[in-house]
Amino acid sequence: MNNLYVYLEIEDGIVADVSLELLTKGRKLANELGCQLEAIGIGYKLDGIGAQVFKYGVDVLSIVDDERLKYYTSLPYTSVLVKLFGEEKPQIALMGATSVGRDLGPRVSSALFSGLTADCTSLEIGDHEDKKEGKTYQNLLYQIRPAFGGNIVATIVNPECRPQMATVRQGVMKKEVLDENYKGETHRLNAKDYVNDTDFAVSVIERHIEKSKVNLGAAPIIVSGGYGVGSADNFGLLYELADVLGAEVGASRAAVDAGFAEHERQIGQTGVTVRPKLYIACGISGQIQHIAGMQESAIIIAINSDPAAPINAIADYVITGTVEEVVPKMIKYYKKNTK
Amino acid sequence: MSKIMNIVVLAKQVPDTRNVGKDAMKADGTVNRAALPAIFNPEDLNALEQALRLKDRFEGSTVSILTMGPARAAEIIRESLYRGADKGFLLSGREFAGSDTLATSYALSCAIRNFPQVDVIVCGRQAIDGDTAQVGPQVAEKLGLPQITYVEEILDAKDGKITVKRRLENGIEVVEGKLPLVLTVNGSAAECRPRNAKRTMKFKRAKTPSERQESADDYADLYDSAAYLNITEWSVADIEHDAKWLGLSGSPTKVKQIESVVFTAKESKKLTAADSEIDELMKELIVNHTIG
Repeated sequence: MNNLYVYLEIEDGIVADVSLELLTKGRKLANELGCQLEAIGIGYKLDGIGAQVFKYGVDVLSIVDDERLKYYTSLPYTSVLVKLFGEEKPQIALMGATSVGRDLGPRVSSALFSGLTADCTSLEIGDHEDKKEGKTYQNLLYQIRPAFGGNIVATIVNPECRPQMATVRQGVMKKEVLDENYKGETHRLNAKDYVNDTDFAVSVIERHIEKSKVNLGAAPIIVSGGYGVGSADNFGLLYELADVLGAEVGASRAAVDAGFAEHERQIGQTGVTVRPKLYIACGISGQIQHIAGMQESAIIIAINSDPAAPINAIADYVITGTVEEVVPKMIKYYKKNTK
Repeated sequence: MSKIMNIVVLAKQVPDTRNVGKDAMKADGTVNRAALPAIFNPEDLNALEQALRLKDRFEGSTVSILTMGPARAAEIIRESLYRGADKGFLLSGREFAGSDTLATSYALSCAIRNFPQVDVIVCGRQAIDGDTAQVGPQVAEKLGLPQITYVEEILDAKDGKITVKRRLENGIEVVEGKLPLVLTVNGSAAECRPRNAKRTMKFKRAKTPSERQESADDYADLYDSAAYLNITEWSVADIEHDAKWLGLSGSPTKVKQIESVVFTAKESKKLTAADSEIDELMKELIVNHTIG
């Protein structure tokens, strides 16, 4: 009872990275609170889930396995969580800020009247004093997230309602195996007890889900472009540099909005958070919302024609020049002086 | 399903957080709302377009636009009328102040119950001032309706069912749902059609009762003879509700603290684009095994 739950997002029997990242974070928070870490997986043919998650420190894994639950739809998955949370009364429930988590989380929070904070960038445990009510609350979940286009960071708490719910984007937390031999128990729940027949009001007719080709989270080097790159064609230069360096290509929100790069390459508060050993920012002015997603990179090189670009303040190397001029020189030197 | 549809579009007027200037933050770290222009939430315009396309498909259907906000939010209702919506409804009052997404969804769901018949509720996936994407699904839950989020296109609607394409992180999904239901529309969906010149003329003087009181209008008679110019305004008294679920008391989440974002500056090495300087940098990165 009153444990911390992580909702496991599962595609083709594989648990999503964002869920494993949340298990790592959840384990730490559960230790601080002195409670157990529980995970809930919903889907079809889920025999392999335990082997994937126990090593992250899961104490109890609940599984609802039913052919009708093969693909995610809002109502039946909501019913499972609402019923389970009603029985188990978790203090905290975490899920990925994916198209699934952002569909499921609000629906569950509405049914349980428990507050939900979307897209948290940090989760901490702390106390809260409500001066107006003269009440103090201990060990609340601090749900920390950017707001107003990234110009402010707000700490949100849910003093009265449980579970305290939060979603977190992929790549924001780090996943780390706790112990390869960690043992937890598996509870197989009977789908019939958790899902209503009337829940199947929406059916999936067709699906084309591709394994993402872009893996910014794992890339040791990222060459990233902003609006200043100027065009999708000029982005070709960035791909060339990334190719010779063995890097991945990222982009700012402005570049994605302008159609220079795909959305899955977006780095920042509304995209992926990265911490590579080298980050080369090309034509990126450095809006807060972008910087928040890459400031932990070990070395940052900023290439910008504007010597006053805000990104220069957090860069280790500032090159004042255009992308067309600088990037080919980097490619040329590297090709000539390696191998 | 009948041949006509009753469609409700939920929309929000938001500060334009994408174009935040230097004066958008006050010295004390709070947001200077006055410095941010108020705009039609972008994805709500995508939602309006999908609603208008349903109306194109089922001639005689009604598209009603519903927004909760201050008196000024009537601006986006007029904008919707110019672009093709039939009726506008503003839910307004200080009882709604301080609402988080759950209290907002409760208030909107109560207002939606005022409509005698609703077949489809359409809204943007999320609003740019909060980026939470919660209100659509929560309204659906409050009304006991199914939801389909991340909609990019309505592919078909017939026999009491709707088929839509969803745009997800790593692909697409085609799903079919039974009406009535809630759709939340993605920014990747078709852009909203522009203002129609005739409609803009027709609805130029469309106003809420509060707006009419504000400005002593020379056209008072107009609002009796042309009913379409009256934007409906609902206060808390016009919706069936339980006050404890509204505003602050209906909001489980509380803001504990707000900080403006400041990054610690690094001491950086300044270079020009000269060959020698780029070469020197690349050499350094190869030698210390950052690259290569």
